[in-house]
Amino acid sequence: MALIEIRNLWKEYGQQVVLEQLNKTVGEGEFITIVGASGCGKTTFLKMLLGTESVSRGQLLLDGKPLPGEPGPERGIVFQRYSVFPHLSVLGNVMLSLELEKSPLLGRLFGGARKTAEKLAKEMIDAVGLGQAMHKYPHELSGGMQQRLALAQSLIKRPRILLLDEPFGALDPGIRADMHQLVLSLWQEHKLTVFMITHDIKEGFYLGTRLWVFDKCRFDPQAPNAYGAQITYDLPVGQTDGHLLKKSPPRAAEKVPPPLPDKYRRNLWNQVFTNIPCPARVIGLCVCGVGFV
Amino acid sequence: MKKLINRVPGRTARWILGVLPFVLCLVLYLAASNARLAENENDKLLPSFSSFAGAIERMAFTPDKRSGNYLLWQDTASSLWRLSLGLGLSALLALVIGILNGAIPYMRAPLSPFITAISLIPPMAILPILFIVFGLGELAKVMLIVIGIAPFLIRDVQQRALEIPAEQLIKAQTLGANTWQIIVRVLFPQIMPRLLASVRLSLGAAWLFLIAAEAIAATEGLGYRIFLVRRYLAMDVILPYVVWITLLAFLLDYVLRKISRMCYPWFHAQIQTAEN
Ligand SMILES: Nc1ncnc2c1ncn2[C@@H]1O[C@H](COP(=O)(O)OP(=O)(O)OP(=O)(O)O)[C@@H](O)[C@H]1O
Ligand SMILES: [Mg+2]
Repeated sequence: MALIEIRNLWKEYGQQVVLEQLNKTVGEGEFITIVGASGCGKTTFLKMLLGTESVSRGQLLLDGKPLPGEPGPERGIVFQRYSVFPHLSVLGNVMLSLELEKSPLLGRLFGGARKTAEKLAKEMIDAVGLGQAMHKYPHELSGGMQQRLALAQSLIKRPRILLLDEPFGALDPGIRADMHQLVLSLWQEHKLTVFMITHDIKEGFYLGTRLWVFDKCRFDPQAPNAYGAQITYDLPVGQTDGHLLKKSPPRAAEKVPPPLPDKYRRNLWNQVFTNIPCPARVIGLCVCGVGFV
Repeated sequence: MKKLINRVPGRTARWILGVLPFVLCLVLYLAASNARLAENENDKLLPSFSSFAGAIERMAFTPDKRSGNYLLWQDTASSLWRLSLGLGLSALLALVIGILNGAIPYMRAPLSPFITAISLIPPMAILPILFIVFGLGELAKVMLIVIGIAPFLIRDVQQRALEIPAEQLIKAQTLGANTWQIIVRVLFPQIMPRLLASVRLSLGAAWLFLIAAEAIAATEGLGYRIFLVRRYLAMDVILPYVVWITLLAFLLDYVLRKISRMCYPWFHAQIQTAEN
């Protein structure tokens, strides 16, 4: 069964239509990367998945039931910033969700229970490569380390769905490549379904099993707000790094097309560049994406 | 030659410059006092340093003839007790109401306008009411401090709680936190250093209300003593008391700052990075 179903989804802010007529089905274990021009509603879409924005029209279903209208533990999130708690150390940040689960009243663990939680948290921290910084506070970490911490903090809760809003936008290319490896391995290990917004179209191709392009197809110069963005392209994309898939195939491997051969992938690039109704905008988008790299 | 805004005094120079105004004041006082005393040796307005020493000796190190107490220490103890009770109570109120207001819209809706209205009442105007309601005992004085500074503290804490990035509250929910857990694990620890900072800012007002209350109805206390000896024009007692109160206020501020730096290093590091 589909994990998430989007049925004729609309989002409006007053007069402004931001998203219109979205119809998609997402299965468990898919890695969806989302690209699109700035201001076209990508974050808004993610916020609806998160439950902090309401749906204007249509339905957003999780396991066939309407998505809860507030954030919950089955959906993890990493924002571009402000994702970790400044008053907790690395260990404290990662341990937090375990403490919240086991201690409803104080939200703190002591003694043996704490030891167990610490051990779990330390494994997670080592997995994201922050073992050396266990007792540091977020202000003592670099941007990349903070994002790794945010990932570890979310993943220890074992969410089914992970939402990422330009999580690596502020990182330099070298660190970004490390983060890509990290995200891919965590995605496979935890059998996650990932939605990731990026401005870097290469990143979108590289990481995702599906690439969604958000764009406005109808445009009225007299009323620029009258029409919203749609998902104009839904491309099955493979991973550049085939060996990762071979090592341990994701659970949804049957649904996901196998990694594409290089030649074909280049064709996909061409597709995005040329065969689209409003090429100028998307080319602009690609240039902007490449510019980011 | 560098521009004036780029010229920074060194360590020693800063120290000397910092002490300079104090020394200047002392010298000015000494000159004026000597001049007046030379004209009339019984002048009471600007006493000499030897009469200060005498007064301090009398107030601090000789037991009072009537009660057998050392007055300065007795006054200090009761004033500090009232002050810390008032401050502590206000801080507690601010913590509870401020955080609840900041966290829960259904608390904020009825309470926030009400507290804003209360904070606009001039506390001194309702001092008589306090004395009528709470009597002339300790409670009325403590209540004056509370009514004077608690509304300010509550509003400040509420504001700080609202300023905590929404991302953090959302993140906490995705980690499985319920409302209560968000309050105790996310809001409370981040509000504490901010509360300490606003308590430090309200110290001046707290002293003001304390001394006002003591001046009107008390049997001991620093404010009471100053207003008592005013009748005899005893500047030799009043001035050392004022200096002593200032020193106490400074120490209190210093201790609060140290506590905050010790318990919440992440907070102060954050502020520094923001300033750079
Ligand atoms: N709370 C809001 N109230 C009114 N309009 C909003 C609100 N949030 C977003 N919008 C509008 O919705 C549109 C989409 O915003 P959104 O943040 O989703 O864009 P985005 O695709 O994430 O852009 P970017 O790539 O720059 O992050 C924008 O035009 C924005 O002005
Ligand atoms: Mg966005």
